[in-house]
Amino acid sequence: MIELDQVGRSFKVKRNVVHAVRDLSFTVSAGEFVGYLGPNGAGKSTTIKMLCGILTPTTGRVRVAGLEPARRRTTLARRIGVVFGQRTTLWWDLPLKDSFELIRHLYRVERGAFAARLAELTETLDLGGFLRTPVRQLSLGQRMRGDLAAALLHAPDVLVLDEPTIGLDVVSKNGIRDFLKRLNAERGTTVLLTTHDLGDIERLCRRVMLIDHGRLAFDGTLGDLMATAPEESSIEEVVTRLYTGGASRSGTG
Amino acid sequence: MVRTYFLLLWTWTRAAAAYPASFALMNLLGFVTAAIDVAVILVIFANTTTLAGFSRDEVLFLYGAAALAFTICDTFVSNIDRVSSHIRTGTLDTFLIRPVSAWIQLTADRFQITRLGRILQAALVLGYAITALGLDWRRGWMIPVMVLTGIVIFGALWTLAGAAQFVLTDAPEVVNAFTYGSYQLSQYPLGIYARDVVRGVTYVLPLAFVNWQPGLYVLGRDDPFGTPEYTRFAGPAAALVLALVAALAWRQGVRHYRSTGS
Repeated sequence: MIELDQVGRSFKVKRNVVHAVRDLSFTVSAGEFVGYLGPNGAGKSTTIKMLCGILTPTTGRVRVAGLEPARRRTTLARRIGVVFGQRTTLWWDLPLKDSFELIRHLYRVERGAFAARLAELTETLDLGGFLRTPVRQLSLGQRMRGDLAAALLHAPDVLVLDEPTIGLDVVSKNGIRDFLKRLNAERGTTVLLTTHDLGDIERLCRRVMLIDHGRLAFDGTLGDLMATAPEESSIEEVVTRLYTGGASRSGTG
Repeated sequence: MVRTYFLLLWTWTRAAAAYPASFALMNLLGFVTAAIDVAVILVIFANTTTLAGFSRDEVLFLYGAAALAFTICDTFVSNIDRVSSHIRTGTLDTFLIRPVSAWIQLTADRFQITRLGRILQAALVLGYAITALGLDWRRGWMIPVMVLTGIVIFGALWTLAGAAQFVLTDAPEVVNAFTYGSYQLSQYPLGIYARDVVRGVTYVLPLAFVNWQPGLYVLGRDDPFGTPEYTRFAGPAAALVLALVAALAWRQGVRHYRSTGS
């Protein structure tokens, strides 16, 4: 579903060349739920932008749902859903429902399919209470649920989430996690999630990839990840060791 | 595509109506600005009878033609000049994840229906001038061609301005000189400007084709700068060339963004 082959991405910053991502290769199969970890500035967002076609890779090859994102951006847009936790894609001054209607047109979702999908999302994300509220008046947790629904109305095969639980309270976080878990288990949607919240990883991700300085530092199951540190370490300790270079960087990937 | 565009316009209109006071003020402001433009022309004629050999009604004709084309573009295309602020705040990404061209989304971005009043005002001035002048109706076909040419030229200029902002992220105002400046220039008969300026806006930036060259044909006048007769009809070709350049520049702009990121 997602294939990266020796992908590199560098930026020119005042005559210096910064390698945000280098020589990154991984494959995510259909139906997987992958956590994508890394310290700030490690290259997570750059990777995600390359997956959506917002950024063109400098070297290497990216394939998502069989398409090359940078060349087929608008075609790919119909096949993937994207959520940026830090900014909304909803129309600020309009009721949530109106944003959804507009998205139906933009993605050319057939009316019947849209109604069914919206009813399902309204129930599973518990949107019923604020469908008619302007987005600017929603709480962060409500807005994030709205954003998730907006990214899924066109029933994408792949869902890419950039810090979807950032700033949310415990209850809202759990709601989102339960929803994502069900989405992956019941609909088989492939999910790639970046986060700084290790609770997301523990609760959701069978597979974890860790990127550091633009390179893949670990790729394996959650169990493999825990095994890189002495026994009885918490996931925080394990990840801290990896971020600060305390453990071997080989992993299993 | 057209449907998507109008749907976006409608969406932004309803979003703007969420702030009724600002909505009303913008309407008022738009009307006052337009009225001042006409007042300036009338003030000039209160002191003289002709401007570069053109009568008051002829000047109003040229002004109306340019204003109609400009206000249409100002309403429906100019929103694209917010590209740089979208780049700085990172909101451009949210346009790029949608299955609709970024140009369509950005020209409709925060569309202000209140600007429609200025289009009406321009149309009224043009309509008045046409009636008052008693024009030769055999030359009247050029009037819609002239307005369409003007729309394409101003639309292309704004697209160029938007494209330039991908590079000039820190100085978005620089491009206003081209868009609003071009309009200021084309509000008056080009006969009042120096020969070199007129040459520039004929052969380099084809502003002379917004109203001046085709307008001379409609008014049945010779060009005081002595350009040959066929230049009166070169407008559509010049507009198409400019539109093509603008389309290429826009593509390059989006590509540049996708290869630099922000």
